[in-house]
Amino acid sequence: MDWNALSLSLKLSAITVAFLLPMGLIVGRFLAYHHFYGKSLLQAFLAIPLILPPTVLGYYLLVLLDGGSFLGHLLETLFGQSLVFSFEGLVIASIIFNLPFAIQPIQASFESIPREIREAAACCGLSPLKVLLKIELPLAWTGIVSAMVMTFAHTLGEFGIVLMVGGNIPEETKTLAISIYDKVQAFDNQAAGVMSAFLLLFSVMAISFTYLIAGRYQRHYA
Amino acid sequence: MQHSILKSLLMMVLFFNSVGVYAKNIPIIAAASSVKFALEEISQQFTKDHGLKVKFSFSSSGNLMRQIRHNSPFELFLSADETSVLKLHALGLTLDKGVQYARGRLVLFTAKKSPIKKDPQLTDVRQALDDGRLKRFAIANPDHAPYGVAAKQVLQKLNLWHDLQKRLVLGENVAQAAQFSSRHAVQAGIFAYSLALKMKPEYGSYLLLPETLHQPLRARMALLKSANETAKAFYKYLQHAKSRAIFEKNGFYPP
Repeated sequence: MDWNALSLSLKLSAITVAFLLPMGLIVGRFLAYHHFYGKSLLQAFLAIPLILPPTVLGYYLLVLLDGGSFLGHLLETLFGQSLVFSFEGLVIASIIFNLPFAIQPIQASFESIPREIREAAACCGLSPLKVLLKIELPLAWTGIVSAMVMTFAHTLGEFGIVLMVGGNIPEETKTLAISIYDKVQAFDNQAAGVMSAFLLLFSVMAISFTYLIAGRYQRHYA
Repeated sequence: MQHSILKSLLMMVLFFNSVGVYAKNIPIIAAASSVKFALEEISQQFTKDHGLKVKFSFSSSGNLMRQIRHNSPFELFLSADETSVLKLHALGLTLDKGVQYARGRLVLFTAKKSPIKKDPQLTDVRQALDDGRLKRFAIANPDHAPYGVAAKQVLQKLNLWHDLQKRLVLGENVAQAAQFSSRHAVQAGIFAYSLALKMKPEYGSYLLLPETLHQPLRARMALLKSANETAKAFYKYLQHAKSRAIFEKNGFYPP
């Protein structure tokens, strides 16, 4: 087991979730309750990472984040170093790549709250903030939790982008998925097997957990 | 309606099948990333001279060796080193020990605006490491890429390996190491001369490193057990003076 790679992957996943939780809540709730011109287009745009080949995103990140470009130069002065071949670059890549995994379940769970409930709460004199805290969040929490679990698990397994913009640096960009690839190349099937089994187990647990809480939610409220 | 769907499905299956049958006569050759450009040129010449075609699959020699051990459909293997071929021979997967077809060389490469000056003993790399000019240094992964192994030997010989560890960016194969080296974020890299020759000057410039800094990169090839007549003809063709000349033009030295 490559413990450095494991802890790096867990760190990357945790940071990605930390960024995407507030973003997912704001964007997901906004999309659930507002109708505006071009909404479908915006939703389509946010869903692109679902079908975009990771190598395509990897290519654009490599070109845009490298110091040669305008954006790259700007980010380089901001962060004090180039973002390709760095942990910070992987965080940016993970956030972009997980946008639909975070936003879509949250949006769906806000949409499923009956309009009458929110209106009744407002009529009873609850402020919008209180409606959010007392009514919406308790009803939408299953979607929020599954969004975070999916984002976390998805980041753990990210491979194509990391291979292209990571550069395989131990303790910085050598994630668990890359380490598995390396061990297979180096004929270390035992290490690759252990790490693969870990990711398999984790994925099964994550997906079972999201289905489990979705099931409980349905039994309670359906 | 259902009938016509079935029919078109069947047609598709037959079509792809026939493509497969046709492709069977064209051998697939596993080759190290470093020989890509030389091989493509030689195969064009080969097709012109003999009317026969070959296909290539490029990767790091270590990766290709693993694929061959797992029964991939390759008929000829051109490695960047000799150990990969000799190991396969010991496993009984090649027809014979094969032959050495070229000798590879290493370059020190710096991207266009890199602050690093090139010299054969890498003295400025050492300097830049100490004064902070060097942030990233690219080589191929020494765990499975022969040019990565040789680059590691160079850095070890010059006492840079230990201090460079945290700065190393590892390419999955030598071609990715070359690509990484051309990036603005990477100040220098060591990879194959054959690839440096193909990089446009706007990406950067190279310096050929002395061969005394590493074990010779004896590039060996061997026919695999499943080799057909075309693969055997190409194997022979690769040893002709004509092919030798193309190898030399593309950054390789005679074996």
